[in-house]
Amino acid sequence: MANMAQAIRMALHYGEKHLNVKDIFGQDVGAPLGGVFTATQGLKTAWNAPLDERGIIGMAMGIAMAGDRCVAEIQFCDYIFNTIDLLKIAGNTYWVTNGNYNLPMVVMTPVGAGIRGSVYHSHSFDAWASRLPGWKIVMPSTPLDAYGLLLSAIDDPNPILYLAPKALMRVRGQEIIPGEMEDEKELKSRIDAPIGDRSKWKPLWPDLQDYRVPIGKGKVITEGNSITVISYGRMVLICEEIAKELKQSADVEVEVIDLRSIYPYDWTLIKNSVEKTGRVLIVNEDTEVTNFGEHLIYRITQELFYQLLARPQVLAGKNVPGIGLHPNLEDASIPQKNEIKNLILEICSEVP
Amino acid sequence: MSNKKVPQKNHLVTKVKEQGKKSKIMPVVSRSGGIKSDGLDKGLLLRIYEAMLKSRILEERLIKIYRVGESFFWIGGPGEEAWGVPLGLHVKKGQGLSYDWLHLHYRCTPTLVAMGMPMIESIRMMMNRATDRSTGGRNFCNHYCFPEWNVAPVTSPIEVQYPIACGTAHAQKRIKNGGITIVSGGDAGTAEGDFASCLVWASRKGAELPMLITVQNNKWGISTSYDGQHGEQNIADRGKAFGIRTRVLDGNDPIETYRILGEEMDYIRKNKKPVLLEAHVSRLYGHSSATGANYISNERDCLIEFEHFLFKNNILKESEKQRLVNQFEEEGIAMTAQVRGEILPSADSIWDRIYVNNENADWRKF
Repeated sequence: MANMAQAIRMALHYGEKHLNVKDIFGQDVGAPLGGVFTATQGLKTAWNAPLDERGIIGMAMGIAMAGDRCVAEIQFCDYIFNTIDLLKIAGNTYWVTNGNYNLPMVVMTPVGAGIRGSVYHSHSFDAWASRLPGWKIVMPSTPLDAYGLLLSAIDDPNPILYLAPKALMRVRGQEIIPGEMEDEKELKSRIDAPIGDRSKWKPLWPDLQDYRVPIGKGKVITEGNSITVISYGRMVLICEEIAKELKQSADVEVEVIDLRSIYPYDWTLIKNSVEKTGRVLIVNEDTEVTNFGEHLIYRITQELFYQLLARPQVLAGKNVPGIGLHPNLEDASIPQKNEIKNLILEICSEVP
Repeated sequence: MSNKKVPQKNHLVTKVKEQGKKSKIMPVVSRSGGIKSDGLDKGLLLRIYEAMLKSRILEERLIKIYRVGESFFWIGGPGEEAWGVPLGLHVKKGQGLSYDWLHLHYRCTPTLVAMGMPMIESIRMMMNRATDRSTGGRNFCNHYCFPEWNVAPVTSPIEVQYPIACGTAHAQKRIKNGGITIVSGGDAGTAEGDFASCLVWASRKGAELPMLITVQNNKWGISTSYDGQHGEQNIADRGKAFGIRTRVLDGNDPIETYRILGEEMDYIRKNKKPVLLEAHVSRLYGHSSATGANYISNERDCLIEFEHFLFKNNILKESEKQRLVNQFEEEGIAMTAQVRGEILPSADSIWDRIYVNNENADWRKF
């Protein structure tokens, strides 16, 4: 069973073999490292780029404009900020040119806290990304979704931002990626680069199969009637854990939705769930002021106001300039399990 | 056309400045007044002149459209014809990686006129009509985009075209008989990091890119003079640090630019390596309509200089010039009248073409 880094690697391999990907590039993406999270090890078309984020995004835009498929990586989303106007241009190119040029490109970048990554390895980018019209933004929470979303992203004719929750890169999934071997040791021996000299190493790729997670489609992780909790990325796993605990301890049935696509988002799934529960909490790591969750809450209050039984809420990162290194600081800045749990109980106890 | 005083000095000699060499004067006109047989025969000279004249008249038409209130803004490249037209004539024009890619900026009308762009395309964009093939009325004038000629969209942010151009050059390099990528911008924009990015990415050892990197140095960035902003002697000198072949040329001399562009583009096609060219040009109507768009009489005017040369060498007659002026003026007036009656972008079209196949982009309709 693959972890998320292996799932991404296998999706990229599938992409270069079957979906005409010609370039996978970024800082340390090629040999010998194969990415700081090992997500690009052993790939035929992976290469190391200069340490220049604007160059990486510009190169990807040019390759896409020329009609070739590429996947570019910004090593951490903390370093994507100096590319923001290029991202804006990539998002508006199809519109500004009135359909003359589309840019089929994927930009991958690890996001979020949870690895004690300090001020510049803990940022989130989902709220920023949601302000880039023309892009589609996806964020998996499981290896299987990481695989399926990446294949959909590679095949999409629009620019796709693929946000990878860095704290989940080593987390193994519960579901088999079509074609992968179940035995994790066997998988590791075949596709993980060895320690030491890698100059002669080549991966033995499994016979991977096509599997797509459609962009724009979320997923109900746990069903419940008491409250809807909408999240994506790392926070989905925490919310799922809470849902299991609350079902046993407090007889609260939490319906956890993994949005998977931030834009376009699965409104039908959200609507059906909130109409059923009447209570809603949105959880993510990005800072809380003009957070993407606020947009969802706005729409929920506009369209489902009279079905609500409690004030809908967003629990997000504190609006502070950085995530401090010491655990006391990081934990105070990013939603924690107890905080989420208590807020779920508070919303569930609210009397209309 | 303007009747400014014709310069007494014949500027139509090539002043070639190459790396490490002092300028040398290489006359292209023989003592008898004929053209040397270096490919610039009479027909070619007249072709260059016609495109220069047409481009100038087109830009002046755009300014007139602005002045009478039929457009919101003008920005363009009058004064760069002696550079832009020869460039356009050297382009291997077409769609796909086998042809040249152009990542231009908003002073490149002369290049597109030389490539054969009809005036009406420019006028439609100036008047924000839905029929504007480049942007459908969405963007400023001279922000061209023609996929059938590999013309990448011109954008307003300065210098972003330089790293983007590396991508098309990269894609071209991996195919046999690929075209080259041409990227252009102004002198002020070279202060942006994107210019340095382009030099870095174009010159990686073993992965050099087939690119013509150009800087049109008009000595201005809106109102800020070149002097005081640059420590380097020539902008082109920056290429030397990257092992990039560089040249500085007189962009007001169409014979020099035609010859040097031909040589350098041949070099790039043959060697699949980059060249950085810095062309000194004039900015004849200021930055844009925001600074008045009035004729600047103390800058060299390449069109007047070239006309003088052509008259002096009996290549062009005053009557023929007047015929061309009338023809292009009439075309500009007629096309403006036609475009005036063409459809406007509709309000509900804002949602069109955000995503491919008009996939829904309006969150209200998810």
